[in-house]
Amino acid sequence: MNRRLVYDGVEHDIEPHETVLEALERHGRGVPSACRAGTCHSCLLQALDGDPGERARRGLKDTLRAAGYFLACQCHPAGDITAGPPGGELSAPARIASIGWLGHRTLDVRLTVEGEFSYSAGQFVTLLRPDLLARSYSLASLPADGELRLHVRHHPGGAMSGWLADRAAPGDPVTVRGPYGTCFYVPGWPEQPLLLAGTGTGLAPLYGILRDALRHGHSGPIRLVHGALDARGLYLVSELSELARAVPTLDYQRCVLAADTDADAASGPSPKPSPESSSGPGPGGEVRVGDLVDVVTRLVPDPTGHRVFLCGDPDVTRTLQRRLFMNGASNRDIHVDAFTPPASTTPTVPPGTPQATR
Amino acid sequence: MSGTQATSGATSGDPAVQSLYQRLGGAGAVDAAVELFYRKVLRDPRTARFFDGVDMDAQIAKQAAFLTVAFGGPNNYTGQDLRAAHAHLLDRGMGEEQVDAVIELLGATLVELGVSPIDIAEVAAVAGSVRGDVLSR
Repeated sequence: MNRRLVYDGVEHDIEPHETVLEALERHGRGVPSACRAGTCHSCLLQALDGDPGERARRGLKDTLRAAGYFLACQCHPAGDITAGPPGGELSAPARIASIGWLGHRTLDVRLTVEGEFSYSAGQFVTLLRPDLLARSYSLASLPADGELRLHVRHHPGGAMSGWLADRAAPGDPVTVRGPYGTCFYVPGWPEQPLLLAGTGTGLAPLYGILRDALRHGHSGPIRLVHGALDARGLYLVSELSELARAVPTLDYQRCVLAADTDADAASGPSPKPSPESSSGPGPGGEVRVGDLVDVVTRLVPDPTGHRVFLCGDPDVTRTLQRRLFMNGASNRDIHVDAFTPPASTTPTVPPGTPQATR
Repeated sequence: MSGTQATSGATSGDPAVQSLYQRLGGAGAVDAAVELFYRKVLRDPRTARFFDGVDMDAQIAKQAAFLTVAFGGPNNYTGQDLRAAHAHLLDRGMGEEQVDAVIELLGATLVELGVSPIDIAEVAAVAGSVRGDVLSR
């Protein structure tokens, strides 16, 4: 027998194998969504009556659970359910403040939020366009920075990143929902060694966490390892190299899966003479060639007692989490922010568009 | 115990004697053992591959539930639960060797934590008692 779903005051049925998200889409109700795998939180809804089930609440903070929030894409309710869009306390109107480039394929998107918006550096938000196109991005900023800063990997033709790169302009209205996630620095034990490792725009939350830890006076050694497919995926190199020179406890390392060829280095829009090319003594020292998992494992053979932050590609972060745990890190000290790409079934994205969230 | 609930009372007949779960240290002991134990499971070639691609946080919670059962602690597991939870692993080749390995690694964990040989034997007996359910026999 089909269950009933009352959404925003209108009653619908949920077919036996449907999620709440699928039922709402079948009935033509506009609900944002992106990864459809329970990680991006774009499809967050609030239950007013009925039980959304544990699976639909996995990864949500206790405060959100207590307020009835759940993820529509993971929700197979056992019985009838009454729900609505997230309440006003989670959504903030915002405007695009500026859009720039951080290297060849990464956008630096800054947003001005109207009113109060509290978060910890490293958490993530959902960016909603007025037409409800939704993508989640991690925050590279600290609350003290004023604006929210996002690092957005540019995918030509990507629904959100293409719009941000080509058409969006300062002043455009958007909505910011969140913040979400538990991958952030908590003050305490300032001598503990920190290991921050991430791929691609996984650098965004790590950059926020790094600056937050330093602002809190973290005195223990901090190792940041940024991995990318090739040197064009590395960014903030001079900022981080400079920071590592100024902060003796900070060790900054980069690695790429494939070493650059000259043709690759010359093909980008920026004419800079490829400071990231391998093994040169340029800014920040050499770039290692290899898989992030192997590079991190070699740099930190014994992670016992480390506090670890892993951000970016879900396979890399999952593999690293397991490897570091096996090598001695406590799972309690490993914080993961895995970026799940939008599902190709998302109605607002043309099928097959290769696009990573955050 | 096959097909029934494993409960704390089953391991100690004399009320004046502390139950196994109490002697081991209760929830605190599960907490102390779970990471040591699961690390051994992931490092052991007999068991590691059955955990490829699993979510670590969820898996550690499951391992804690298993240790609670093995330590004779309060739980609501039924034989049916254990059968359902392990059915997909049987298809991937899980068998006696893996159950033996898990009991052995659990023993090594408890040795590391300074648990007495008598209590370790009791834990091994409880863990072994669910073998039939885990292997769906």
